[in-house]
Amino acid sequence: MAIELKMPALSPTMEEGTLAKWLVKEGDTVKSGDILAEIETDKATMEFEAVDEGTISKILVAEGTDNVKVGTVIATIAGEGEDATAAPAPAPAAAPAPTPAPAAAEPAAGEDGGPKKADSGTKQLASEKAATVKDPAIPEGTEMVKVTVREALRDAMAEEMRKDPRVFVMGEEVAEYQGAYKVTQGLLEEFGPKRVIDTPITEYGFAGLGSGAAMGGLKPIVEFMTFNFAMQAIDHIVNSAAKTNYMSGGQMRCPIVFRGPNGAASRVGAQHSQNYGPWYASVPGLIVIAPYDAQDAKGLLKAAIRSEDPVVFLENELMYGRHFEIPKLDDYVLPIGKARIVREGKDVTIVSYSIGVGVALEAADKLAAEGVDAEVVDLRTLRPLDTATVLESLKKTNRLVVVEEGWPTCSIASEIAAVVMEQGFDDLDAPVLRVTNEDVPLPYAANLEKLALITADKVVAAVKKVTYKA
Amino acid sequence: MAKAPARKTTEPAKTNRERPDEPKRYEASKEQLLEFYKQMLLIRRFEEKAGQLYGLGFIGGFCHLYIGQEAVAVGLQSALDGEKDSVITGYRDHGHMLAYGIDPKVIMAELTGRAAGISRGKGGSMHMFSTEKKFYGGHGIVGAQVALGTGLAFAHKYNEDGGVAMAYFGDGAANQGQVYESFNMAELWKLPIIYVIENNQYAMGTSVNRSSAEDQLYKRGESFRIPGIQVDGMDVLACRGAAEEALAWVRSGKGPIILEMKTYRYRGHSMSDPAKYRSREEVQSVRDKSDPIEQVKRELEEMKVSEADLKAIEAEIRKIVNESADFAEQTPEPDPSELYTDVLVESY
Repeated sequence: MAIELKMPALSPTMEEGTLAKWLVKEGDTVKSGDILAEIETDKATMEFEAVDEGTISKILVAEGTDNVKVGTVIATIAGEGEDATAAPAPAPAAAPAPTPAPAAAEPAAGEDGGPKKADSGTKQLASEKAATVKDPAIPEGTEMVKVTVREALRDAMAEEMRKDPRVFVMGEEVAEYQGAYKVTQGLLEEFGPKRVIDTPITEYGFAGLGSGAAMGGLKPIVEFMTFNFAMQAIDHIVNSAAKTNYMSGGQMRCPIVFRGPNGAASRVGAQHSQNYGPWYASVPGLIVIAPYDAQDAKGLLKAAIRSEDPVVFLENELMYGRHFEIPKLDDYVLPIGKARIVREGKDVTIVSYSIGVGVALEAADKLAAEGVDAEVVDLRTLRPLDTATVLESLKKTNRLVVVEEGWPTCSIASEIAAVVMEQGFDDLDAPVLRVTNEDVPLPYAANLEKLALITADKVVAAVKKVTYKA
Repeated sequence: MAKAPARKTTEPAKTNRERPDEPKRYEASKEQLLEFYKQMLLIRRFEEKAGQLYGLGFIGGFCHLYIGQEAVAVGLQSALDGEKDSVITGYRDHGHMLAYGIDPKVIMAELTGRAAGISRGKGGSMHMFSTEKKFYGGHGIVGAQVALGTGLAFAHKYNEDGGVAMAYFGDGAANQGQVYESFNMAELWKLPIIYVIENNQYAMGTSVNRSSAEDQLYKRGESFRIPGIQVDGMDVLACRGAAEEALAWVRSGKGPIILEMKTYRYRGHSMSDPAKYRSREEVQSVRDKSDPIEQVKRELEEMKVSEADLKAIEAEIRKIVNESADFAEQTPEPDPSELYTDVLVESY
């Protein structure tokens, strides 16, 4: 029986790719480990290796074909002892026909009622929902361009590095590899190895070194491959960077940015999926920023780099590839410590930050369809927290739900609930409700992962409760 | 140019302390060598299949394959006393599990996140454990297993159970600070531990000499008075021989020892690593010249094992692997009620 070679998914998020090049041709004998083809995605070119042995009997997707869906049969192999030519051979000179698009197979989608292929609960998280309220600071008529969050972050760093020679980037794989998640793409080329520095895997060491360099007058940007690995370095972030200014009576500063992806990623399990927002936000002396869209990512990262205080800048891997409109301005910097109303409404206030904002916006759309007009507030900065904007919104809506992709206990959501109790009690017509991840380490299994994470539907249910529509 | 990973370059560091003897290449009987061959081939085919299932979307998240490094886990673990000795490693852990003879089905089912998986689907590729085999995982944070392994050794000594801990880590982890804090305590307290540095030359995309001031990693214990041996990690018999020597050292109460296994990973760091930091020729050259499985295959042929027998083994392994994949694709996901189980042991 011929073995079918299917277009592989090369990352948890890949859905289609370009079949860039075939390295074998029909009639070639292959053994496991041989490289069959090169496949390109938006992030990288990968090699596709043979697992089975035999003879390539047919190539079904020509090289250079774009948008080949994961799971499409791209070639067949005849196993040992099988006559490769027995398969109806294509006319010798004819170029292999490009795959007809409709033939693209659903990726392993439970044929014959079998179990469905593994999915990820994070699909319910990452949204490209844009704010419906424009930043009033952007001048009328400013041209908007679409960029990914990844590009916005890179541009923010590049612009600040051009401006200020004290700024440098340091971290694992930031230079030659162009960033583990490609956020520092191109920086080595432009700024050279003096300012874009690959470190060994020594988080505690380079977080300390970076803090020391900041004390010594430089402006380091320390990238953590993910904030999970910053746990190795949290002592320097909290004890060295955050407290220096205070302990020295204002003599010694530590202007450093610790940045990298935070929160759950796709199916990476318990040790690689945590939201550290509440952890850092509890530390006096730190600035903590967690943007949602590209515009805020850029404007706030620039502000973070310029700040004289240590900043923890929490990004989100699931958001890196998302596109948003961003103003085409020479120097777009946002104020730290200001929340933003991303959708106006009058019936309920939904407060969130980072990836939770997209979930909140989706919930707001669903609620609108049911006649509930939700206002969505993006906190953007977790410390200092812009309580004024939250309280102001509450005054209007009298109901509040907090959405957080993270654990419920001692969370930002808990903090907001406390602030609202203390300072907005008279404006409340219902108790504040929290929509958070379940209170468990994030499980690997796709179905459990789904259950553990926040969804727009959970937000809708909470809003119905506080508006007494449940 | 390809750098041969397996060249014997061991030059004992100059020292005035007692050192272990230079390990001898293990002399395996035909049966033993056949067993090593089967185990390595099982790991190779299992990992290739895992890569394929990842490509088809059955496995999610991170998936770090052990292809190319098979001789290390097979050679070392074959020397351990399964009743007493413990093992711990990082996230590239499928091979170590298979080298223990753990059923490939429950490993593959963990990779696909199913209830039948060894961690009931809750751990995934990086987090697999078998306390029954004294295999303590399966850890996702680079270097963490070194301190944890030192703790396993502490427990062996404390309990006077005669066991030795073996802690595997990579050349990348070898730069983490906790590794050296662990080295110091291990030597200070003469803990029974073998630190195994699986030097596959690349910490993700960074080669050893771009990240390590002392790139002869077996010397990394010198300032703690821990002896180190550099071993050809592409030769399963050299691995086994080194394990024998290291075990003799540790079991005699002389404290920790470091084995630097010079090996090579053929695939990217994880499935989503395009591995552009090295040339295709480099990888191909290692495959052609020092493949651990091909090497054993040649020796088996010299021992007059027939081609038909080797083919039969290949077919048998493929069958086992295919069955594990079929099982892992079909067995059900965990029950939703499992979301809140195993968070704590007791109820409060």
